[in-house]
Amino acid sequence: MATIRVQTEDFDAGAEIAKVRTGNPKVGAVAAFVGVCRDRNDGENVSSMTLEHYPGMTERELARIVDEARVRWDVIDITVVHRVGRLAPTDQIVLVVVAGAHRGEAFAACEFLMDYLKTRAPFWKKEETPQGARWVDARASDDAAAERWMTGAKRDAA
Amino acid sequence: MVKVLYFANLREDLGTAGEELSLPADVTTVAALRAHLIARGGAWSSSLALGKAVRVAVNQEMARPDAPVKAGDEVAFFPPVTGG
Repeated sequence: MATIRVQTEDFDAGAEIAKVRTGNPKVGAVAAFVGVCRDRNDGENVSSMTLEHYPGMTERELARIVDEARVRWDVIDITVVHRVGRLAPTDQIVLVVVAGAHRGEAFAACEFLMDYLKTRAPFWKKEETPQGARWVDARASDDAAAERWMTGAKRDAA
Repeated sequence: MVKVLYFANLREDLGTAGEELSLPADVTTVAALRAHLIARGGAWSSSLALGKAVRVAVNQEMARPDAPVKAGDEVAFFPPVTGG
């Protein structure tokens, strides 16, 4: 099972976590990640950000990433929720929830999903700062994080 | 005709979110389409210049420069992604 949503509205992480485990006695572990809008980035204060996406491709790319996680790990359920539109510091941006039988695959799949989402799913952030609006540059560290999964080292460790 | 879409800073710099384009006969790949757009000059040549980090998707799937482009396709140009 998998749930993928792109939405402007906020999400309730607790409710999403409850959904993947309630009534399923095979679930022994739920790992969740919440990405949050910060008030500072690259040395500038950030008063708000606007998330743009590619409707259609975004959902398809997220589905491909979820499928890839399922090939790599035996997990029971995955939820990915990503917000778009205008967000302010302290607002939630993204949620990934993975339910599995054991924590190892739940943790690993959750981290993999975030690393791949950040480098593959077509979202773009534009920040408002005192110096004006600016598009956020992609980070080499995010590419490096995603590439770890291609070596197989991380997968073997999990 | 192909549907060409532009996102994020490319959409802003080019002043358009997309267009319907009829392909010249010699434009059959992603790289050729990019070169065709660069040849318009101005913001097109600066924003899509080969040194710039521009990603391309064909029919909503990431595509390499040698990927084929044909009538009816949806081709999107955008910068490296920054979600999450």
